[in-house]
Amino acid sequence: MIVMTVNGTRHEIDIEPDTPLLWVLRDEIGLTGTKYGCGIAQCGACTVHVDGLPIRSCSFPVSGADGTKITTIEGLSDDVSHPVQAAWIAEDVPQCGYCQSGQIMAAVAFLKENPTPTDADIDESITNICRCGTYPRLRAAIHRAAALMKA
Amino acid sequence: MGIYERYQAKKAAAQPDETNLSRRNFIVASLSAAGGLAIGVSFTGIADAMQMSPQPWDKANTGAEINAWIVIDPDDTVTIRMARGEMGQGVFTALPMIVAEELACDWSKVKAEYASGNRNVVQNGVYQSMITGGSSSVRTSLTYLQQAGASARERLIHAAAAKWAVPATECRAENGAVIHDQSKRSLNYGALAAGAATVSLAEEPKIKTPDQYTLIGKPTARLDTKVKVNGQAIFGIDAKVPGMVYATVMTCPVPGGTVKSYDDKPVLALRGVTHVVPLGNKGVAVVADSFWRAKKAADALQVEWDYGAGAGTSSAQFNKEYRDALNGPAVNSKAEGDVAAAFKSGKLIEAVYEAPHLAHAAMEPLNCTAHVQPNRVDIWIGTQAADMAVKIAAQVSGVPVENVFVHNCYLGGGFGRRAVFDEMPQAIMISKIVGKPVKLIWTREEDMRHDRYRPQAAIRFKATLGADGMPVAIDARTAVGSISKSLGMSFGKTKEGLEPMATEGLDNMPYAIPNMNVDCILKNTHIPVMFWRSVGSSQNAFAVESFIDELAHEAGQDPYQFRRKMLAGRPDFIKVLDTLAEKSNWGQKMPAGKGRGMAIHEAFGTIVGEVVEVAVDAKGKVKCERVVVAVDCGHVVNPRTVEMQMESGVIYGLTAALFDEITVKNGIVEQGNFDSYPIVRMADAPKIETYLALSGGDKWGGIGEPGTPPIAPALCNAIFAATGQRIRQLPVRTIDLNGRAKA
Repeated sequence: MIVMTVNGTRHEIDIEPDTPLLWVLRDEIGLTGTKYGCGIAQCGACTVHVDGLPIRSCSFPVSGADGTKITTIEGLSDDVSHPVQAAWIAEDVPQCGYCQSGQIMAAVAFLKENPTPTDADIDESITNICRCGTYPRLRAAIHRAAALMKA
Repeated sequence: MGIYERYQAKKAAAQPDETNLSRRNFIVASLSAAGGLAIGVSFTGIADAMQMSPQPWDKANTGAEINAWIVIDPDDTVTIRMARGEMGQGVFTALPMIVAEELACDWSKVKAEYASGNRNVVQNGVYQSMITGGSSSVRTSLTYLQQAGASARERLIHAAAAKWAVPATECRAENGAVIHDQSKRSLNYGALAAGAATVSLAEEPKIKTPDQYTLIGKPTARLDTKVKVNGQAIFGIDAKVPGMVYATVMTCPVPGGTVKSYDDKPVLALRGVTHVVPLGNKGVAVVADSFWRAKKAADALQVEWDYGAGAGTSSAQFNKEYRDALNGPAVNSKAEGDVAAAFKSGKLIEAVYEAPHLAHAAMEPLNCTAHVQPNRVDIWIGTQAADMAVKIAAQVSGVPVENVFVHNCYLGGGFGRRAVFDEMPQAIMISKIVGKPVKLIWTREEDMRHDRYRPQAAIRFKATLGADGMPVAIDARTAVGSISKSLGMSFGKTKEGLEPMATEGLDNMPYAIPNMNVDCILKNTHIPVMFWRSVGSSQNAFAVESFIDELAHEAGQDPYQFRRKMLAGRPDFIKVLDTLAEKSNWGQKMPAGKGRGMAIHEAFGTIVGEVVEVAVDAKGKVKCERVVVAVDCGHVVNPRTVEMQMESGVIYGLTAALFDEITVKNGIVEQGNFDSYPIVRMADAPKIETYLALSGGDKWGGIGEPGTPPIAPALCNAIFAATGQRIRQLPVRTIDLNGRAKA
């Protein structure tokens, strides 16, 4: 039995321990904001926070999440008020939107580590794939979010 | 409660409306589209775009349906229905803007939702075309969407006039209300909608001309952004249906091959696995109570395949076959002047360009949820053609179209891939056998190895230059995969051996050259090919604009001025070129190891010019640093969307130009995931600046695709400027540029 807290709610789940966290979140708990893109931790569409750390959940066995606190895109705020969400809206980042949950979760964790990033820092640390090519707006939104969080 | 209601309820619970306190949850009685009294529940929410249109369409909306496009709720919410798929290109905002421009409604109260594919089929094309492709959504639906908005506005005015017993001509509509100035009365649309729904106009109103627009042309925030930053946007893969099971498929690794045999017993013993379903003889589906269990079982399933006709083939062989085909018989697609005579004098310049197969690789792997019942079929999918989905689902299931409902979802990227239906018939077959709703998800590997790819091509150019250095004759010849043949359909074929997709970008080279010839050789392998963002222009622009650059250097002329001279008769092209040159500081010297390259191309009614600034380091590593884009799409609905689509088109094309090729070994596609099919990421992404250079007039050009074709040639021309090395074979990463950067 795996026990974990997801967005503040405790879940007990009877599941094979090698099941990736992604599929537990999507199919067992019903939180579909976290996306499947590649299954091999290449694209980052499945990024969630496990005890505050950004994890590519498609390649993270649920056994590793036992006893942890998990935050998904649905748990970031109730009203899109998180500074990163606000910055995403202000910069009109999403196009198809499929990768954006992962992009946002990656950016939230990144800004916690580095509240005043340079472009080079962003290049190095934000490695999620976006096929719509929203990178210029993603970059601008990360800078904007950093400014909002400082304010 | 159906999925839509549950979704709405969840949304309402999760998202109290803080933007408009007057919009409370309420229950109302109103006329349904069918004319009967319907009780509906309307929930509030901050989301401006609802992704799942309720099915059937006439049961769930509380408000009055003014026409098939427009529903107005008593709380003044205006729901505008969209017949095209939202795959990132922004139609969920641009198309409502077109309707709202004429409707004179309050934009802050506009919601977008999908139009019903079922309704389009059973009501004789009430939504006209639902095909989302060819960068056509705005240009092909502009007039009838404006008309729908104008007609609704006039009927609202008539409804108000009737209420007040004044002539309709004394009333006007503004910002969601009808106003009678003389008596200083006004009524909101919400109070008038039910009456307006019963008004028939003696004469349809005239639509606005561009000089009268107040909303079209204004940078407008997308309606679908909020649901895309909080995880609530429902993509096909997110559909939830009570009692649903999960499936994944394996099809023969060699396209066209078949299943010889498989042993399902070991797999059926695994936890949660319920069925192993044959997909004709093409593959096998595994069904389980979760996707992961289905996938693990599929990985464990031993299948013996018959690789079929494609077995043993390789890309090296294909590359040679396409090159060799250039020397064989061809079909003429365009002939002007006398190229053969012109080639008798002057130096002949010749180059062959090669472009590989490419995968669409949308972020959301193909998927479909199907619920087949004896007399009804429901499909949840993100599709570029919702009405075609209804017809195909009816055919596959044997259920009449009237009872087939396609719930279109957001598309996690399309790029052409979601214009056909490889996944949906599989999901229908599985649901029929299992007797339950089935969510079928292709793994990324299945998605990449069983794509319908951008065709491979070899394109040869020949030209001679006159005494002034300008081209006297040009001859283009392409050997390329036929999309019509691969799909078993015919797309605008004019004569045997030709199809527009093969020669688009070649036939319409804009340059004034007195003698021009275009020949085509359609040649297919077992690798299926199809539409890939910008289609034939994606490879043909690479060849044309690289060759023009080669000719300019041969003539000792500046590539910008060289193009400009040949475009003297095209003021629209000149405006784009001049904008490009000015904004990119064309002609200014670049530091060592850096170069600037230009390309310009017209596709889908839009001219896009791009200048790339590239850096090539001592080891040959290429970095595209800056891209300046100038675009002429005539008129613009939403300038912000145009900017976003130019950025998107550039980066999509840059991924292909720098990194990607689909290669074949023993008949099998070698690339299966993003480790072997790399994608441009943040660190690879250039700065992109977009400038409008609009020609106006009657022109409304597409914007979803035209940003893609110029990037490969602009990049390769920039690499030539930085290194002296011509790139005639894509992708760039296969070319060794080590030590080539100019000092």
